[in-house]
Amino acid sequence: MTAFTLNGRGVTARSDPDWPLLHVLRGEFGLNTPRYGCGEEACGACHVLVDGRSVPSCTLPLSAVAGREVTTLEGLGSPEAPHPLQTALLEEQAGQCGFCLSGIIVTAAAFLRDNPQPEEAALRAALAPHLCRCHAHQRILRAIMKVAA
Amino acid sequence: MNLAFRTATEGESDKPRLPGSLHLHRRLSQWLELRADGTVLVKPGKVELGQGILTALTQIVAEELDVDPSRIVLLPATTGESPDEAVTSGSLSVQECGMALRYAAAAARGICLMVVAQASGVPVEAIRIADGRFLGPDGTELGSYAALAGRGLLEVEAPPDAKPKPAAERRLAGSSLPRIDLPAKVFGQTRLIHDLRLPGMRHARVLHPPRLGARLEELQEGPLPPGVILVRDGSFLAVVASEEALAEAALARIARRARWSAMPPLPADTAAWLRDAAGEDSVVAERGEPSAAPTLVREFVRPYLQHASVGLCCAVAQWHDQGLTVYSHTQGPYNLRADLAKALQLEPERIRVIHMEGAGCYGHNGADDVALDAALAARALPGVPVRMLWTRAQELADAPASPAMWVRIEATTDAAGRLTHWRSRVHSNGHSGRPGRGAVPTLLSAPLIPGGRPIPPAINPPLAAGGGIERNAVPLYDVPNLHVAMRRVTEMPIRTSALRGLGALMHVWAIESVMDELAERAGMDPLAYRLAHLSDARARAVLETAAAMAGWSGRGPGLGLGLARYKNSGAWCAVIARIEAEERVRARELWLCADVGEVINPDGTLNQLEGGALHAVSIALHEALRHDGERVLTDSWAAYPVLRFPDVPRVNARLIPRPEEPPLGAGEASMGPTIAAIAGAIHSALGVRPCRLPFTPENL
Repeated sequence: MTAFTLNGRGVTARSDPDWPLLHVLRGEFGLNTPRYGCGEEACGACHVLVDGRSVPSCTLPLSAVAGREVTTLEGLGSPEAPHPLQTALLEEQAGQCGFCLSGIIVTAAAFLRDNPQPEEAALRAALAPHLCRCHAHQRILRAIMKVAA
Repeated sequence: MNLAFRTATEGESDKPRLPGSLHLHRRLSQWLELRADGTVLVKPGKVELGQGILTALTQIVAEELDVDPSRIVLLPATTGESPDEAVTSGSLSVQECGMALRYAAAAARGICLMVVAQASGVPVEAIRIADGRFLGPDGTELGSYAALAGRGLLEVEAPPDAKPKPAAERRLAGSSLPRIDLPAKVFGQTRLIHDLRLPGMRHARVLHPPRLGARLEELQEGPLPPGVILVRDGSFLAVVASEEALAEAALARIARRARWSAMPPLPADTAAWLRDAAGEDSVVAERGEPSAAPTLVREFVRPYLQHASVGLCCAVAQWHDQGLTVYSHTQGPYNLRADLAKALQLEPERIRVIHMEGAGCYGHNGADDVALDAALAARALPGVPVRMLWTRAQELADAPASPAMWVRIEATTDAAGRLTHWRSRVHSNGHSGRPGRGAVPTLLSAPLIPGGRPIPPAINPPLAAGGGIERNAVPLYDVPNLHVAMRRVTEMPIRTSALRGLGALMHVWAIESVMDELAERAGMDPLAYRLAHLSDARARAVLETAAAMAGWSGRGPGLGLGLARYKNSGAWCAVIARIEAEERVRARELWLCADVGEVINPDGTLNQLEGGALHAVSIALHEALRHDGERVLTDSWAAYPVLRFPDVPRVNARLIPRPEEPPLGAGEASMGPTIAAIAGAIHSALGVRPCRLPFTPENL
């Protein structure tokens, strides 16, 4: 049993503590937004916040988050109470297939918290771990910079 | 060979020509259903790939019916329920599906108006429709689509005289309606196939042979994680588990225990192999005198390219008493069903393929293959839904690749530098290994099961469908004498199929490179030289607009331009690129102008053009399949680098509005011109003319 905080709520996971956090979040907790893109920390699709820091969840064992705070995109916003980044992405129509967006939003949220007035180059560097193969990069950058402004 | 190829709109019908796919699926109820709750069910045969087609179709139908777009409900393409529109590909969905729906909706509106007029005594001309309600001159409600539901009014063939709204009266079609699918994607609601969770569903992984054609020679015995089931069917191997982590662990174990038959080495030098490989020769286009002493002879090579979707191929399959149900992110549900039926030796009617969106799709990736993998794994557990997911290595190395290509161009000019002769030759494997087009299934695992036959070499879409190998091989420029030939190489060491742009990526770059070089020899500016050979007015317009956007006339070094009309029958697009070259080349800014005819959704169209241009930047500067003769090495993101955020150039995009012209599609038009523009910019900056993709330091 691994106890941690998931999207603001105390939970106890029964999954094997050695399993990747990603599979536990998607499997045991039925969450959609941490996405499985590579399993090798190379595409950014599975990023979640662990104690406020954006990290890949595809290789991180469940045991590593014991007693810590895990936040997925589901914990950042919802249709009823959208996160400003979600609102901005919709306003800028910043996406195509949407697969990469949850990881990008999670990273952008942490980045903007630490860099409220960023240069675009710094944002680009922060998003370097994230792939978008529909190539909606320019719109995504525009939406995130809009939130910063 | 190409007789097996079929687009959505061709086929036998001696009836009057109807727009798009309506010609073959003529009954209005195949496309539209009025429902008592005031919604309208729309049944497209085309599928959402992330390109925004469902939004465009919503706009088209809502426009013609005069209902709010929120009343439109779209049925995901499903075999047996949706019209068979073949494959969602070739930037043709607005033309084939959109135009069918526009006409069908106009016909439905006309029928409903007639019925309301007869019932109310108010003449048709005096009735207006406001959000699905039929109003008389005094504002009285005379009826509604909702009230007409269930009466079978659409159980008729589309009449030949339906009248869609003229362009000037359109309000919704032509506006930038926000994407209808994007909110669910931004909030993580279940919309993607990866999020489908059926009761009792199990997780599966598959072990593919290391090479096409290899057979399983031995699988050593050994333990598997608790509860994991091994499925072995000939050379097909899969594991099924209750949890994803267990399936993954089991896959790693069987991968170490499997021994496969050896295969002949892959060609070491792709260009040399393509130049000499056997195949079917044909002439693509010919006019005037065939030959003259060439002024310039140039050869160009590109590597195999990988689709490299950011998501993994996925399918959920369930066997039951009636047959098989498969959820799939295929581009062609009926095509997939046809090959599943052949591979599984099942009547097609016993298979139901339901489309669910996947991650972005840029052509024929492994979406169809994984559906057979799921079906084969699920066959061992009747009644149990089995979710099959590929690994990253499989996604990159086992999906069909876009074929490597070799092109040779000979151009002749007169004393003034004007083009007189153009002669070119292209060699490539076929660009279509899609399912559902031949007697033998093309699905990856089909040859592995008992009775399975080898996957045939990829076919080539005919020129009427835009061609594959020869797509855009014929230059857009005025040249009196021309001879364009191609060879479809019939030995297929690496499985190939369609990737966004097909042969156009290669030819547009090659042609534009030769035009740049001829301009230089003639002492002319590349823009002026092109305009001197361009009588196509719409081509001139996009080129001149892009040049003005970029400030071409006062340009410094590092700028290049590219122009094409996609497929020589689709959208026109001109791109100007600015690059910087230090230890490697970086694209810094793009200016593009496109003419896609009628635009249903301007912002969505720009999104497609921007995305296509940036995809082309990635292909131009980063992407290449590599192998060591034994196996594909580019099976991870580390081995197959692609464009990432820090290197993304700024894109400035503009459309030339042509509301009266037919729509032409936007998903692929900007790609070839972008690669060409980057090549031209490299020459401008470095004095080197690239002849080998990608434009990495090694290849320059």
